[in-house]
Amino acid sequence: MRAPTNMASETLSPENADLYEGVLSGDHSALARVITKIENRTPGYRELLSALHEQTGNAGVVGITGSPGAGKSTLVDKLTRQYRNNDETVGIIAVDPSSPYSGGSVLGDRIRMNSTAGDMDVFVRSMSARGRLGGLSMATADAVKALDAFGKDRIIVETVGAGQNEVDIVETAETVVVVVQPGSGDDVQLLKAGILEIGDIFVVNKADMDEAAGTVGDLEAMVHMDETSGTGVLGGHHAPDDTEMDAASAEDDAADTEDGWTPPVLQTVATTGVGVEQLRGALDAHRTHLSASGEGARRQQTRAETEIRRLLRSDLGRIAEQALGHRGGVESLAESVAQRETDPYAVVNDLIEPLEAAVFDASDTEDRADGE
Amino acid sequence: MSADQTQRATRCLVAKVGLDGHDRGAHVIARAFRDAGFEVIYSGLHRAPEEIVQAAVQEDVDVLGISILSGAHNTLVPKVIAGLQSYDAFEDTLIVVGGIIPEEDKTELKELGVAEVFGPGTAIKETVEFVREHAGPD
Repeated sequence: MRAPTNMASETLSPENADLYEGVLSGDHSALARVITKIENRTPGYRELLSALHEQTGNAGVVGITGSPGAGKSTLVDKLTRQYRNNDETVGIIAVDPSSPYSGGSVLGDRIRMNSTAGDMDVFVRSMSARGRLGGLSMATADAVKALDAFGKDRIIVETVGAGQNEVDIVETAETVVVVVQPGSGDDVQLLKAGILEIGDIFVVNKADMDEAAGTVGDLEAMVHMDETSGTGVLGGHHAPDDTEMDAASAEDDAADTEDGWTPPVLQTVATTGVGVEQLRGALDAHRTHLSASGEGARRQQTRAETEIRRLLRSDLGRIAEQALGHRGGVESLAESVAQRETDPYAVVNDLIEPLEAAVFDASDTEDRADGE
Repeated sequence: MSADQTQRATRCLVAKVGLDGHDRGAHVIARAFRDAGFEVIYSGLHRAPEEIVQAAVQEDVDVLGISILSGAHNTLVPKVIAGLQSYDAFEDTLIVVGGIIPEEDKTELKELGVAEVFGPGTAIKETVEFVREHAGPD
């Protein structure tokens, strides 16, 4: 039992303290409400996350991305079944796009999560983009934290892979799975999509389709080309047919490749469950690799850095908006820029200068205090 | 816009419960809710009451819309409500029912805690307005 003894938890509002206790003691409604607070950015959510942070870091987090209709949700469903058979609890965050016009959305991933429906040890949460730009990846990362603190053994983040936002989201995961469907174009398309860099594991779903072999071949060629160009010493490396071998040989090559991991290319038929066990095996192998090679710790460090930067940018953005407000709002400034009375650079310079001065004043004072 | 601005949205679960394969109405409502700017989670067909409860609790929805055209509402709706109560999620969820519900059953459902029952011929606008008025993030 994890005792809520950290400093941050002692300063919570009564409502947040209840939610905090609820999450740590396995109350599903409390977890759901915490995620709502995170999503809505309800005042006080930061204190809550700040308290929960200490309780995180135990779950295995997998990100699954791929084009719409590739079979991500069905695959997640079957993978969850595997974890449940092994008595592991699972949290799932399914991110869907929202309409840029009405802001509304239909979140349909839950329909595919059939095989574990009614099982409360599988916590599925649907999220929409809500028109926010950088905010979605923050909300997703924070929701992962809530699930982690709740004590979920495995967390799966599922998102449509199409742009930077999605890449940001899956990067909150330890292991990223890219799901491709057969016939999604030749190797140039795969290159163009820019998905090769983020995948730790590639899955060709719907592998019972005719074009599957070609897509697997394309992906394997790309994965190995990437590897060779990275180090230039892997000319003699042969692509093994067996994915288990692939994972094993990746270990052997540890000294040769950048982080010692060659992304395996797996084949699945999510609707029937074929190949899902191998996917679970590859995920476990990657997890082992992460901790054995030290790559996991490096990624954790990178994630923490990204998080700090994002929060900082978001807060600075808010301060900048306030500064803008003090100067009469963006409309009047924009008007004078449009009338050529001033230019955008001068406007921003005027806004930033006092902020910059304040920052340097503060660090000067600190320096002097340190010197004394 | 700062990423940290409070961003609320009304979340709805549109649910089909029991052995009832008629989902045209549920689809129409889901689309209408989406176009009204709500976040809609659709349950899919043939859900057991426990599955509806699980989804409503985990998704922390503001509105639960149950579509029933099979006539089993007097059996299924109380189960869903009892389930929500057991998770302490009944009070803050607006429950509306749509479908073929005989007049004499409506009172009973409302006494159980259903906020409104929408029968055939209800204008979509009316349903959306009702939800706007009675539900929403606090």
